[in-house]
Amino acid sequence: MAQRRAPLEYNRMWQMRLWLFGVFFFLYAPLVALVAFSFNNSKRNTVWRGFTFDYYVKLFNDQDLLIAFANSLTIALLATLISLVIGALAAVLLWRYRFIGRTVVEGTFMLPLVVPEICMGVAMLLFFTRVLPWPNDLPWPLSLGSIIIAHVSFCFPFVALVVGARLASFNKEQDEAARDLGANDWQAFRDVLLPHIKPALIAGGLLAFTLSLDDFVITFFTSGPDTITFPVKVYSMLRFSVTPEVNAASTMLILLTIVLMILMMVMQSRGQKKG
Amino acid sequence: MDQALAKDIADADVKPIISFRNISKRWGSAVAVDNVSLDIMPGEFFALLGPSGCGKTTLLRMLAGLEVPTEGQVLIDGQDMGDIPPNKRAVNMVFQSYAVFPHMTVTDNVAYGLKIDGVPQEERDRRVQESLDLVQLGHLATRMPDQLSGGQRQRVALARALVKKPKVLLLDEPLSALDAKLREAMRFELSQLQQKVGITFIMVTHDQDEALAIACRIAVMNKGSIAQLGAPSDLYEFPGSRFVADFLGSVNMFEGTLIEDKPDEAIVACPELDPHRVYVPHAVLGQEMSQVWVAIRPEKMNLHKDADTPPAVPECPGSYNVARGEIKDISYLGDISIFHILLASGRLIRVSRSNRSRFDQDNFNAGEKVWVSWAGSSPVVLQS
Repeated sequence: MAQRRAPLEYNRMWQMRLWLFGVFFFLYAPLVALVAFSFNNSKRNTVWRGFTFDYYVKLFNDQDLLIAFANSLTIALLATLISLVIGALAAVLLWRYRFIGRTVVEGTFMLPLVVPEICMGVAMLLFFTRVLPWPNDLPWPLSLGSIIIAHVSFCFPFVALVVGARLASFNKEQDEAARDLGANDWQAFRDVLLPHIKPALIAGGLLAFTLSLDDFVITFFTSGPDTITFPVKVYSMLRFSVTPEVNAASTMLILLTIVLMILMMVMQSRGQKKG
Repeated sequence: MDQALAKDIADADVKPIISFRNISKRWGSAVAVDNVSLDIMPGEFFALLGPSGCGKTTLLRMLAGLEVPTEGQVLIDGQDMGDIPPNKRAVNMVFQSYAVFPHMTVTDNVAYGLKIDGVPQEERDRRVQESLDLVQLGHLATRMPDQLSGGQRQRVALARALVKKPKVLLLDEPLSALDAKLREAMRFELSQLQQKVGITFIMVTHDQDEALAIACRIAVMNKGSIAQLGAPSDLYEFPGSRFVADFLGSVNMFEGTLIEDKPDEAIVACPELDPHRVYVPHAVLGQEMSQVWVAIRPEKMNLHKDADTPPAVPECPGSYNVARGEIKDISYLGDISIFHILLASGRLIRVSRSNRSRFDQDNFNAGEKVWVSWAGSSPVVLQS
């Protein structure tokens, strides 16, 4: 006998179950296929011909790919650090001070969130060729400078957004209490405001890191002939054929992203327990 | 009273610990504090009392250095505070939200001010322990603030401010966030604590009961100015204006005309009390036939069973200070009962009686006709 459905138990309606199944299938089936075929023992990558780690071995011996990977990590790391500083400062500025044109400034900070990536990419390309030509022969990692700047420009608004949301819940009396107890502006910031926004800095930083690591469009337009990142490299490999090596490379990228996301969630729940 | 206190102070040769001199604070065209001058003496428990928006909190924050006065001077222990920032002032504050640092333990919270000042570890530990014991929090030293109740968090804020041994402790609405029972208990504890540490306390509150119960002196504020300054009983029994009479406690206010004003008696005619008039056995020192207000506290009014002739009233000639009416409603509050009485003029007044006996001998009932009377010394005649 079928049990009666409680008022909010929508998950027991078959229509809802079908819908959920559809969502999960179309979201995850391609990813599962991608990972599965990275172990396919075939050059063509259309028919399953047995299990192998060959393409992972090949991946780790591919010098170009490893360099691209190192570039990506370096760019992501530096872009994240710079975004954290600029983003946090922007958020604190908008939160603490009331000034003329504040909404305009807030709007311009958030602009990179809404401008289509392709437009950003073209704009960056023009900027780094016409306005501020980035020399091609700089030593590594300065050669990555243009990409890092481009990445910071779309990463820091996310940091500012996350930190700004956190600041909204800050009790200004705590800052006043610190100063009342003898702290100067810097000490009050370090001892009271910074601990409050720490979870947001971690979350925002990891968000910026994954965004930078995954970015293709903007990077594609700003990278010079000699600097290549992991997603751009994957794309160039794809132009010849979809080999399991591409799958293997993509799997590695997915894995890295998942690890970072888990790290972020752990940090956040820890921050919540404390705060 | 003000003059007497001023004389006492002059005799004792005590200098004020806090002086506000012609302090004003404006935001654009909005005036928060309007030309306030005020001296607070060492060891006082002083209360700034007033409705919200009267400027009391702004005054306190200017003392702490969290707001900069538009005009005037703030002196702490005779020293002009001018541009001195909050971290360099010898006053500490207990904030309305307590503002306990959520990421630090109770001990770290209390130690914070000392750490910033560079007090050596050993002395710091000792003083933190002392301070925690003072507010009876010693057993919770290692707790995080989210593991504390509201009352305990307030004690942390108190300990954190007192550990710095300030010249003056500032309290911004210290009891407003607590429930009624705890508030009652904390009132008593706060005054005990103040006597124990001997530091000047300045409290901001909108709760008149709280101010009356704790403070040595109260400044009643209204619209950015001090309406009246004095001891709690002075303010309650001798209010200087309708605002103070009305704000402190409950009062029946009657508008009237000053008919007679002699050196030892005055008579006021109030349309709402017709045909009887109000008599006071002292001079009002006002203009005859000018508009005045008569304020009478509900507990200073008496009820009498209905009769053809008005009851005799002490300190007062016959047929003065009486009114005839009907009991519309009785609010029984346990310790007292409040009688709402409708006068012949249509005016509703409040008369309170304490329930000193478990059985009410007089047995007044709603709907009954009664006489209301008040002694000659009960009314306060106000000219503003």
